[in-house]
Amino acid sequence: MTKALITLRVNGEPHTVAAEPHHTLLEVLREEMGLTGTKHGCELGECGACTVLVDGQQVLSCLVLPQQIGMAEVTTVEGLANGPQLHPLQIAFAEEGAAQCGYCTPGMLLSAKALLDAHPHPTREQMADAISGNLCRCTGYTSIYEAIDSAALKMSSSGVEGAKPLREPGFRRMAAKPT
Amino acid sequence: MSEFSIVGRRLPKVNSWAHLTGTALYADDIRLPRMLHGRLLRSTQPHARIKRVDVSRALAHPGVVAVVTGADMPEKMGIMPSTQDETALAVDKVRYVGEPVAAVAALDEDTAYEALSLIDVDYEPLEPIFTIEEALGRDDVKIHEDSRRANVFKEVHLAFGDLDAGFAAADLIRDDWSFFEGNTHAPIETHSCVASYDGNGKLTLWTATQVPHYVHRELEKVLKLPRSQIRVIATPNGGAFGGKSDPFGHEFSAALLSMRTKRPVKFTLDREEVFYAHRGRHPVKMHLRTGVKKDGEITAVHFQSYLDGGAYASYGIATTYYTGALMTVTYRIPAYKFDGVRVYTNKPPCGPKRGHGTTQPRYAFECQLDKIATELGLDPIEYRQRVLQPANSRTVNDLRITTMGLGECLTAVRKATSWDAKREGLPRGKGIGVAGSAYISGAGLPIYWNPMPHSGAEIRIDRGGGVTVMCGTAEIGQGSDNMLASVAAEALGVLPEDVHVVSGDTSLAPVDLGSYSSRVTMMAGNAVKDAAMKLRALIFEAASEKLGVPVERLATAYRRVYDLRDAEKFLSFIEAANIAEGKHGTLVAAGSYKPPAGIGGSYKGAGVGPTPAYSYQASVAEVSVDLETGTLTVDKITTAHDCGRALNPANVEGQIEGSAYMGYGEIMVEEQIFRGGLHKKPSLLDYKLATSLDTPELEAILIETNDSEGPFGAKEAGEGPLNSVIPAIANAVYDAIGVRFDETPITADKILDALGKRDNRGVMKDRIGPDGLGNGKIDPRNAMRRLAASTDARERKKTGTPAD
Repeated sequence: MTKALITLRVNGEPHTVAAEPHHTLLEVLREEMGLTGTKHGCELGECGACTVLVDGQQVLSCLVLPQQIGMAEVTTVEGLANGPQLHPLQIAFAEEGAAQCGYCTPGMLLSAKALLDAHPHPTREQMADAISGNLCRCTGYTSIYEAIDSAALKMSSSGVEGAKPLREPGFRRMAAKPT
Repeated sequence: MSEFSIVGRRLPKVNSWAHLTGTALYADDIRLPRMLHGRLLRSTQPHARIKRVDVSRALAHPGVVAVVTGADMPEKMGIMPSTQDETALAVDKVRYVGEPVAAVAALDEDTAYEALSLIDVDYEPLEPIFTIEEALGRDDVKIHEDSRRANVFKEVHLAFGDLDAGFAAADLIRDDWSFFEGNTHAPIETHSCVASYDGNGKLTLWTATQVPHYVHRELEKVLKLPRSQIRVIATPNGGAFGGKSDPFGHEFSAALLSMRTKRPVKFTLDREEVFYAHRGRHPVKMHLRTGVKKDGEITAVHFQSYLDGGAYASYGIATTYYTGALMTVTYRIPAYKFDGVRVYTNKPPCGPKRGHGTTQPRYAFECQLDKIATELGLDPIEYRQRVLQPANSRTVNDLRITTMGLGECLTAVRKATSWDAKREGLPRGKGIGVAGSAYISGAGLPIYWNPMPHSGAEIRIDRGGGVTVMCGTAEIGQGSDNMLASVAAEALGVLPEDVHVVSGDTSLAPVDLGSYSSRVTMMAGNAVKDAAMKLRALIFEAASEKLGVPVERLATAYRRVYDLRDAEKFLSFIEAANIAEGKHGTLVAAGSYKPPAGIGGSYKGAGVGPTPAYSYQASVAEVSVDLETGTLTVDKITTAHDCGRALNPANVEGQIEGSAYMGYGEIMVEEQIFRGGLHKKPSLLDYKLATSLDTPELEAILIETNDSEGPFGAKEAGEGPLNSVIPAIANAVYDAIGVRFDETPITADKILDALGKRDNRGVMKDRIGPDGLGNGKIDPRNAMRRLAASTDARERKKTGTPAD
């Protein structure tokens, strides 16, 4: 055990933790900071489950040491919502059934966010390209494209990122009264 | 207006919010105070005697707390009670590279990993067996000493109807050999578990499993700890597909190490270990002989399957039977014979993967039907529609069919893909193909034969109108938690978000046998509905009195109990429930389900195949083949699926698309192959799961036949839609380039070989596939005949019938 103190900016907050110097960003996020929303499927950079954003860019956290990123801004799935307000991608993924087992989902959401931040109205080809490093074994990707499409539409019509509250859209369709 | 308030609506899954915010706790996300980290030492030998295991150096390593070996858990275990041939950690002998031999618990994972290299194991290598042919022929090398002949694990011979007369009446008889390569589930979440043996002497195991009930049973057997002292909690599975439905060495090791150290112990497998843990699709060689009349009517079918089972049983008995059982439920077959053999080889054990045992024969059958259609000059869709097994019928092997939507599925894909125009007008290199298939909605019989329910559920209504559903199902991403919430909400008239689901917990929830064989919607759905209807009766009785409306006129939806004639006359669900609780006491009800009797035959082996209701599906694949590079591109897969009723159409479509994706991978590239017992591609980079850039356009079409056996008419959706995709692609490749692929996967290499371009000798082939068993040195067909003879003799001995 030769842990050393490191400081990272994660989801807008500074965190100082003690970690083994050879441990990856993935390990430090999950094991030292308790941010287990970031998943792992291979720890070899093959599956994309551990995708996080570093200064808005997709990064495989299993291939990066914390020392390499210094005080750059790290965004994990826990930081995707704006306080209690879910990101439109999160709502759209729920509505379109784009998360089945949910295990690739955190990484997928962050890749999709990076895409929408760069291209607010992506084509299907741009979407396929953006999530090509995120393996999903459940969906066949179809519902994920639909969710990204739907989130893009929401974001451009509302103009405010993450403006919709938890659960509302799906349930709004249900009339309050029997007919 | 739908008769339902919840069923049939595209509502978000009740458990999706946790997944989308990173708060869902998978097994590896669990962290307990004082928790130790475990690692398994795995065999480096495919077949060897263990002469000595010395753990002293590992135990002395700083940070190592405990080490266990096979000798600590010698009890045989396995998923099927009649074929338990495995131990938690290898005892005396290893039978595949990667078999767990010892387990270490240390303060952290790095230390546990280091300690593995300090365990000294002396192996005495034995000759390994790697192929079906060797396994059948080599009497001198036994992977399991108690195998009766050579390395045969199981053989099955069944015959129905007059086969000789059937073939005699045929105008055309086709004989085809084919080979379906093995492949694996590759869920993105690797296996993981945490065991905690607490101060009260109780053991809790959180584990990524599809079968908490069976893990519960096996823990008792191996650990010698009464089941009453064990609690198994299935954590949300990050994908499973059949790969997490056996009890595994790491689960027993975590439990025993926790009992020894009195500390929680976590094991999480790495990706390479998951390739060796396997339990995936069996490689199967198949011979299929089918007789047909001039119009295509089938007169007889004789099917033989040779399964490469790997080193242990897993679900192998069921798999063997499944290769033969469901051949009869799609098209009329008046005479049918099935011979199946599963052998042991020194490779990781095969088991159930999505479509369990039915995927391989379906490939052989649907490809052969395509050849028959071609020979007879029939359109492949029209041909299939002409020979459909009727609804509400019994097959020649005595399986009861209820609803049967294959005809509607074929019609739907024909229309959706503009089939007729494309069959005529595509240039060379472009092709379109079709296939049908079927699957069970849960096995008709449990793994342990007993008269108890296959699924139980308990529902409690609290004073705030909250509904808690408890059921032993495992959420593996298929949406079972949401199904439980939806069925309860529909029956009680609340919203799914009012329902709290407690699933996969052997202490809190009644037994459900698990998330395998596509049984959960049918069985747990019916159990939950049963419980909910009992509570609904109490609530209606209370509301009837209060509202002065007869019970028959009451309905419930959207948190109201109301008069069907005047919806303004209502009680809120909370009021009605409170009145009912005042009258009847705490509102708790249990429900259960077991499949009806009489859905299958009574012959030996009739236990595999029956189900309350079969799902049906048809796929059309559209492909392009690059004639210069051999590259196969699937442009689109369209699948219509008879799901009975879609309880949540978005989720059913997700299952159909996901099945198409997985089937696509199986025929394009995925293969679980070995060299000297070592996996040739044990990483996601080499094994190659289809990425978003590879995956073709997928279209899902729902066909609803409303089966009276299912909850609100529902049948399965998770497995059947994979089966039709694979042969549809092979048939489309034939349409594109005129080459039959009687083996999977269809690689560019094989296409170039067929087109005569691989070695530039220009020799074209009209088919790629096996010509039979054997390599000239042995004749496995003789072995097969000997096996059949010995079976007959055994059966005669058992029944006392004299030899004829």
